[in-house]
Amino acid sequence: MALATRTERSPSLIGSVWRSTVGKKTIMAVSGALMLGYLIAHLAGNLKVFFGADDFNGYAHWLRTIGAPILHHGWFLWLVRPVLLAAVVLHGITAYQLSRRDRAARPHKYVHQRQRQSYATRTMRWGGVILTLFIVWHILDLTTLTVNERAEEGHPYENLVASFNTWYGNTIYITAMVAVGLHVRHGLWSAAQTLGMNSARSDRALKATANGLALVMTCGFISIPVSVMLGLVD
Amino acid sequence: MRLTLRIWRQHGPDEPGVMTTYEVDGISEDMSFLEMLDHLNEELILGGDEPVAFDHDCREGICGACGMVINGQAHGPERTTTCQLHMRHFTDGDTIDIEPWRASAFPVIKDLVVDRSAFDRIVGSGGFISAPTGSAPEAHATPVPKAVADLAFENAECIGCGACVAACPNGSAMLFTSAKVVHLNVLPQGGPERESRVLDMIDTMDAEGFGGCTNTGECATACPKGIPLHSIATMNREYLRATIKGGQRRNS
Ligand code: HEM
Ligand code: FES
Repeated sequence: MALATRTERSPSLIGSVWRSTVGKKTIMAVSGALMLGYLIAHLAGNLKVFFGADDFNGYAHWLRTIGAPILHHGWFLWLVRPVLLAAVVLHGITAYQLSRRDRAARPHKYVHQRQRQSYATRTMRWGGVILTLFIVWHILDLTTLTVNERAEEGHPYENLVASFNTWYGNTIYITAMVAVGLHVRHGLWSAAQTLGMNSARSDRALKATANGLALVMTCGFISIPVSVMLGLVD
Repeated sequence: MRLTLRIWRQHGPDEPGVMTTYEVDGISEDMSFLEMLDHLNEELILGGDEPVAFDHDCREGICGACGMVINGQAHGPERTTTCQLHMRHFTDGDTIDIEPWRASAFPVIKDLVVDRSAFDRIVGSGGFISAPTGSAPEAHATPVPKAVADLAFENAECIGCGACVAACPNGSAMLFTSAKVVHLNVLPQGGPERESRVLDMIDTMDAEGFGGCTNTGECATACPKGIPLHSIATMNREYLRATIKGGQRRNS
């Protein structure tokens, strides 16, 4: 019998990551961080609404000219969209699969129940479902304008004001932004832990950052519908 | 003191179980929790009943055999093992709920005894180092910096009791596995298997049906030995490093 002089080839990188709980969690953390990065940029852009219609619409127009003249009008957005879509889909699939596994691993509840996890930690799954539904609504509302009755293509500022002049537009938006804040509060620190990027020493600072960022994002996003309701933006 | 105990009774692995109520009297506050159960069992035996089965061995907090969920907390209200928990932490007239570790990877064998051999299989898949047998090597041949030795020791304190799995809402063994991985991976002696160890142990952990980590932190709060939550982050980093390096598994 010949001696094996070489070890077998290991299974493919993507396959072994996808099969492992730690690997799947890594995919969640990376896709979550990507979405978080996008949301921060999105918030910064949205706050332009406070400088008036011309500023805001000008910003929206500029977004379509990024990368010119190499990129054609609007191409930059079309490069970003598949990446974001992939992030949302991967994040959702891994969240679903890991959650099912977690439930199966603990089929018996304790008779003596205690509530100890923080609200943000407990609501990651339902918060994620709310966010998924919101993403669909949000695109139909302000991108494709399907559900926005008084919307006109090419007038983002006016469309935004129209959406926030409806009670349901405000309710959906504000609920989702509270969910985003809670999700980020647990998610940011969680992603650092999943990627092994935190240290015992930086942990406290990281948690403070997560809380601060969550608060800024929720308040920042909500300030827009509130201002429309108060007539500060119209 | 006088106590009301509500204990999970289950005759065998495939039998249904129920919470059963017992009254015990004459409990001294100097008794350990296990001595309190011994006291109950003596009375049960005298009355011709089946005693409550529970695991125990050293009764000094070092073997990890004992373990039960007391009032919804793994090992009860103090940060120690059940054998080192004393009745002075309860008051006369209390009702105490006692349940076995709950996780599909830890099936109940009888009453409060669960099968924790999944932990042995995780350790068997990588929780060792390859050392030549024979005479012991010269101690100073492999220098280990103090900080590294301390980190390894902090993780080596894990006694494998399973409280982390019992406390985790996902029945996850991440804290246990990470303590074993970090203990050996930070030491030079663990270097040759650094990649295969973390890959194989996580594979086995998953195959045994434990859940994943949602960074809830219940495990580290329950751990009687104070294994830090941060060990999980270190194991995750070791996993990513091994994966990116294309580390080989031994067990595939
Ligand atoms: C829209 C923006 C979203 C952002 C910025 C975001 C961000 C994150 C981050 C950074 C994590 C931490 C990953 C880790 O622990 O390693 C996370 C976890 C999670 N996300 Fe999201 N996510 C978003 C949307 C969603 C959606 C749509 C879902 C639902 C399908 C979802 C479900 C979850 C779940 C279940 C977790 C795991 C929570 C846990 O660790 O217990 N997220 N998210
Ligand atoms: S009996 Fe050994 S740790 Fe409790």
